[in-house]
Amino acid sequence: MATKADVKETYYESIINHGYSRRDFMKFATYITAYMGLETTMIGQVAKALETTYRVPVIWEHFQECTCCSESFIRSDHPIVSEILLDKISLDYSLTLMAASGHQAEAAKHATMEKYPGEYILCVEGSVPLGDDGNYCCIAGRSAKDILLESAAGAKAIIAWGSCASNGCVQAAYPNPTDATPIHKIIKNKPIIRVPGCPPIGEVMAGVIVHLITFGKLPQLDGLGRPKAFYSKRVHDSCYRRPYYDAGLFAETFDDQNAKDGYCLYKVGCKGPMTYNSCGTIKWNNGVSYPIQSGHGCIGCSEENFWDNGPFYERMTGLAGFGIESSADTIGKVAAGVVLGGLAVHAVAANVSKRKELEGRASRGIENEKKIDS
Amino acid sequence: MITKNFQRVYIWELPVRIFHWVNVLAILVLITTGLFISNPLAILSSAEASEIYWFGTVRFIHFTAAYIFFFNMIFRIYWSFVGNKYASWRAMLPLHKNWFENFFHVLKVDILLQNEKNPEFSDISVGHNNIAGISYVVLFLLALLQVFTGFGLYSSTSQWWLPQLFAWVVPFLGGDFMARTLHHIATWGFILFIFIHVYLVFYHDWLEGRGEVSSMFGGYKFVNKKRINSKKKSKKIVETEKI
Repeated sequence: MATKADVKETYYESIINHGYSRRDFMKFATYITAYMGLETTMIGQVAKALETTYRVPVIWEHFQECTCCSESFIRSDHPIVSEILLDKISLDYSLTLMAASGHQAEAAKHATMEKYPGEYILCVEGSVPLGDDGNYCCIAGRSAKDILLESAAGAKAIIAWGSCASNGCVQAAYPNPTDATPIHKIIKNKPIIRVPGCPPIGEVMAGVIVHLITFGKLPQLDGLGRPKAFYSKRVHDSCYRRPYYDAGLFAETFDDQNAKDGYCLYKVGCKGPMTYNSCGTIKWNNGVSYPIQSGHGCIGCSEENFWDNGPFYERMTGLAGFGIESSADTIGKVAAGVVLGGLAVHAVAANVSKRKELEGRASRGIENEKKIDS
Repeated sequence: MITKNFQRVYIWELPVRIFHWVNVLAILVLITTGLFISNPLAILSSAEASEIYWFGTVRFIHFTAAYIFFFNMIFRIYWSFVGNKYASWRAMLPLHKNWFENFFHVLKVDILLQNEKNPEFSDISVGHNNIAGISYVVLFLLALLQVFTGFGLYSSTSQWWLPQLFAWVVPFLGGDFMARTLHHIATWGFILFIFIHVYLVFYHDWLEGRGEVSSMFGGYKFVNKKRINSKKKSKKIVETEKI
């Protein structure tokens, strides 16, 4: 639990107090500036901001989720990220990471909410079930919706971590039995940053937090409320296998020679061409790899309704309401067959129905033909 | 016995004909390359990927054809305000009561193949008949859907302001998945339209012999003299001989 004295410490001070050197701090500033997609000239500004900004209290709520977002975050590859941003950021309430438990933990959260109204950042991991009075997710005897409304009321900004909080993810997939709802559909009066992904990349999460605390304002967001620095490009457009796509070289199955040669996974269902994320550039696990690099297509985990967007291993365009097996092409082919058949029937019927008219025309035409001297 | 006294009537002005055939080409290219992009053929090559770019070329052709299709469509909208009455936007929309008369007449005689005992000259369609007219409105709406979803999908890989105008479409639809699905389904709408359109053009030419097919080349159709002289609905001339 952060005391008032703790919070009146700048990020820089707390980093130094934690035993890091100024050099480590500058490395961190450089690294995080690069991840935020800022120019090198901004490094000084980021460092300055970290030196002069007092640490911002953070409440991190967990609802319907699997904690993969937290797991991803604490594995972001610079130690200062987890040390400072989690341990020292004044993470006043996080079910997974806080030391306190039970009533103590709840008391800590309420203390933060009362002490810093309009100042703290609310991070939400997980969706909120609205079905059956919200009984599907209760913490300390209260429904997730209640808790969210309470902690959102005094928040400066809300970060919706992961696909659960930004899109609903698997629990919101059809038929969505608990009526799992993403945060932006419940809270309308606060700035919300959506950071989708299952989970989002740890460095992306760190970048978003650092942007918020260093500049005191939201990063630039796209039309879906995602930070542009990380979600403005398709995985496909930054994929190292893109040259194979442009060359028309595709793996047909996962065990053919083309797959072994590392060809494009477009035809085995890679969702990279529809998915906006930084996997192709930032990658995972300290930049080691990402799904496509290890031979598996992108499953589009950072896109809305990705569980309902058809099978992971097919390129078909799924159509809800027409059964799982039908695609736009199947329906199109059937429709084309029906139309062509209908036209053939029409042609035959027209010959029968318009027979007199046709005969009259034909005979008059032939008559005229006979009158012409050849 | 005499055949009809047909008169040559200039229906489709040159810009309309050019629009039509540019549109035909663009749509055919867009459908072919589009289906190809959605499900590329398995063409193998021993060359290095850096030596080949055919799939990129297919996509380039698709995008080029899309621009041609788009500007051609803009031109046609312009022409529907300055062209002759057969090219006008008024010829395609149900704006007055008479519109439905022709619509149901065509439905009865040409679609449901009923025969009329006493055909009226004023019922003969000269430009579009009204079923055709409304089908072009439907095609236009489909084209708008293709333009919005297509340029929407294209916008994030382009810097130009024109595709950027459509950048809001993808977030509006919730993501690329929905945009692509709509783009793909609408393509089938074009395919079905082509089947029906071509068939009905042939049908009219074959049944009526008024140059329906060739009118889109030369611009002329042949119209019964009595239709030309008939006043709209004021004086119904009931035919005594067969049309």
